[in-house]
Amino acid sequence: MVRSSSEQSCFCFCSLAFKAAVLIQRWYRRYVARLEMRRRCTWRIFQSIEYACEQDQIKLHNFFSYLMDHFTPSSSKERDFISRMFISGESFKEAELEKYCDYESMEVPDSYTGPHLSFPLLPDHATALLEAFKQKQQLHARYVLNLLHETRKHLKQLPNISHVSTCYSEEVTVCGDLHGQLDDLFLIFYKNGLPSPSKSYVFNGDFVDRGKQSLEILIILFTFLLIYPKEVHLNRGNHEDHMVNLRYGFAKEVMQKYKVHGKKILKMIQNVFCWLPLATLIDQKVLVIHGGISDTTDLDMLEKIQRNKFISVLRGKKRKESNRNVEIQEVNGEKNAEADPAGNEALPSLPLQPRPAQAPSMANRLEFSRWVRQTVQEQIEWCRRLVDISESEDEEPTYSSMVSLTDLDAPCWTRQEEWKQILDILWSDPMPQEGCRENTVRGGGCYFGPDVTAKILEKYNLQFLIRSHECKQEGYEFCHNRKVLTIFSASNYYEIGSNRGAYVKLGPDLVPHFVQYQANKAAHTLTMTQRISRVEESAFRALREKLFAHTSALISAFKAYDKDNTGRITLSNWATAVESVLHLGLPWRMLRPQLVRTTEDGMLEYKSWLDDLAMEQRSQERIQSSLLEVIYRNRSNLETIFRIIDRDHSGLISFEEFHQTWKLFSSHMNIELTDDGINDLVRSIDFNKDGNIDFNEFLEAFRLVKQTQACLQLQNRERESRDL
Amino acid sequence: MKAATARQGGGRRDGCAWQPRPGRRPRPSAAAPRGPPGTVPPGAAVERGPLRHGSPWRRRGAAAMAEQEGNGEDGAVAEIEKKIIEAFEVFDHECNKTVDVREIGSIVRSLGCFPTEAELHELLAKVEEEEEPTGYVHLEKFLPVMTKVLLDRSYRPIPEDVLLHAFEALDENKCGYLTKDELVKHMTEEGEPFTEEEMEEMLSNGLDPETNTVHYRDYISMMIVEEPEDLPQ
Repeated sequence: MVRSSSEQSCFCFCSLAFKAAVLIQRWYRRYVARLEMRRRCTWRIFQSIEYACEQDQIKLHNFFSYLMDHFTPSSSKERDFISRMFISGESFKEAELEKYCDYESMEVPDSYTGPHLSFPLLPDHATALLEAFKQKQQLHARYVLNLLHETRKHLKQLPNISHVSTCYSEEVTVCGDLHGQLDDLFLIFYKNGLPSPSKSYVFNGDFVDRGKQSLEILIILFTFLLIYPKEVHLNRGNHEDHMVNLRYGFAKEVMQKYKVHGKKILKMIQNVFCWLPLATLIDQKVLVIHGGISDTTDLDMLEKIQRNKFISVLRGKKRKESNRNVEIQEVNGEKNAEADPAGNEALPSLPLQPRPAQAPSMANRLEFSRWVRQTVQEQIEWCRRLVDISESEDEEPTYSSMVSLTDLDAPCWTRQEEWKQILDILWSDPMPQEGCRENTVRGGGCYFGPDVTAKILEKYNLQFLIRSHECKQEGYEFCHNRKVLTIFSASNYYEIGSNRGAYVKLGPDLVPHFVQYQANKAAHTLTMTQRISRVEESAFRALREKLFAHTSALISAFKAYDKDNTGRITLSNWATAVESVLHLGLPWRMLRPQLVRTTEDGMLEYKSWLDDLAMEQRSQERIQSSLLEVIYRNRSNLETIFRIIDRDHSGLISFEEFHQTWKLFSSHMNIELTDDGINDLVRSIDFNKDGNIDFNEFLEAFRLVKQTQACLQLQNRERESRDL
Repeated sequence: MKAATARQGGGRRDGCAWQPRPGRRPRPSAAAPRGPPGTVPPGAAVERGPLRHGSPWRRRGAAAMAEQEGNGEDGAVAEIEKKIIEAFEVFDHECNKTVDVREIGSIVRSLGCFPTEAELHELLAKVEEEEEPTGYVHLEKFLPVMTKVLLDRSYRPIPEDVLLHAFEALDENKCGYLTKDELVKHMTEEGEPFTEEEMEEMLSNGLDPETNTVHYRDYISMMIVEEPEDLPQ
């Protein structure tokens, strides 16, 4: 076919344009795919670091537990202290608590411009509080304590499992983790309306930690809880736990905001948390729990447990028996002094007496002593319970299982079983595979499969589960064939632009309707590329910190691939080595371009790479301080800590003792300190340079840490304001 | 054995002259929430397992940690395979060595390749199940095919200047920019047309909202991504 010349050139152009288009599209699709890969890698980095951090909590426990195993207390007072240090905080009897956290004598000065609360609370109080917090005001400590007292009074009457019905208010709104992000709560109230007789809310735990306004969120939620007790329901989350709060920022936030009364407030909150209900049931059909379930979840047991006994769910881990070297005499002498008058010999014949396990042969002395100790311990505890049946908060859980005696007619659940029920509810995560296994990543709870879900739903005639606990990119996600819904309400959780938050509304038909949001205006104006870059930057910063924290382990790993000591390794070996040290399961080859900038013919000079990392982290001191920080938190008991480290009881800590303890510490805390670093630390504490650390020097060291801390806080604040 | 999971992906957007095979699943855009509140965005309806699961992640690390064979040819192949496995695992949500067939494009491209859609589908034909398409691709099938792709250096990258020429070819008036309408027309009607979502994303990155134009020179330099150097040269 003959074409005219103009048609021909048109045809040429079209064909050229076509080819050009293909080229551009090809290139663009590749660009987007790369972006997608980066986005997923970034997400993976955040998650793996987040969950690895939660393990630290467990490790710290194990560390103190280990210390206790190796430390022979010289008096019952010290023994008590050790248990309390482990449990981190003294537990009070109720009357003592009221006295300690008394607020009535507190004066509210005329200069105070914040909101005033009076009880019973009215809707106006709530609006006043919301407005005040928007203006960044702070509620006076007296009102905070008053509110906490009233909240506790209210929560005590509530059952473990709240019941909500959609026939009273037409809709129920369920919100997930908020984690101190007040802006998200404001956004939810703005979009959905405040709680009211026609607007029910369920808040599914994790109100605090990580975000900087956890206390404000608590105050608002408790206020609405008291004003609209029928419409507002709170579930306990794994972060409603003072042990977790110590680590993840809530305790710090309270102490910073309330310098004088912070401790009291924390004490009350600790108490309030353990009175929070464990679950909510909507229309008897939808179960709302914070974490998840396990194959042993028993709602009947959950309903009957005394939930307030479990102040921190992180206790109750079995101690490692292996290294214990206990003397029988010590135990007997010790415990007899504390046993009740009935003594541990006259064992009353009640049906629920703990039965001692079969005694091992006398030949194995260690085994035998261990068995004796445990049996005696159990018997004594049982006796104590007999005498002290009225339950109060001063209960100190022991490490051996105990029989619950408070209701003799009740089924005989052990303390361990009850504890496991709660742990599973608060810490578990769903998994796609069938079955139920231990959640080793978090260190608590289970991974539960679709079959476990199906069984529970069938057993209790439920339609589906709502849970939170895991950050989801879109704010919510279904799994297990739409039988499990995860709802997460903290937007931009990892970083601005990382994820949306969401809440879900259920009507009488129990069909979920979702509303998503992102609480940062800046996120909206960023393009996808910019958003991903920003989140990515943050993730890599965190990752580089972690790499730095493992410097010496990394060097050893690299050296293993560098037998000729050239100082260089291949990039392939780099990836393998890094994974072997960090155990994060990340795609290191994908991440490499962001972590390793300069290479020479595919080889990396690892020492200079690590040096660069170190420079980025700016100060070695920071690592040292965070190490000391952990002990510093317990500074009120410095003397005992000193004694723990001073193993041979010489009254002096030798460099060797110090070294050993610190190594133990760093291995548990996943913080790296080279041998040189430790030596420097020791030398800097030994002021008179006599080669030992006495108690005064020890105290002095902590005083200096306090100074450094203040300095670092200032640095951090400056950095934060720059980042904004 | 892959556990049967009901997949509820979003719909494909048709309406292009040239029909791609099971196309791109519309990805939930990270931009401002679209649609009226209460609607279910497509992404959320897809079932996903946890991105991380204690042991499988460490198992993955272990796979990547498998000892490297000697040097030279074997070493290079082993290294390529490790890279492919890593990229694959990023999209393997259920930790069972399979990925959704719709993600294969992302995987192939993030390994440094620039296939056209047509080339991608040829590749897919090789890695999908023969009898019944299950919608999943197994690592076993993917690995050898992808290794060959990387060794043969198929689907080579597009140099920056070639890309620039392509834009210039579309720029009839040679003014250094394309209007929004021009760009949309070319991208959604010619070549291997963009979906609506792809078009929107490109515009959100490159369009100057005040003049409604795309200055392609700047756009290109903004978007050029560094190439991974350790691909075999």
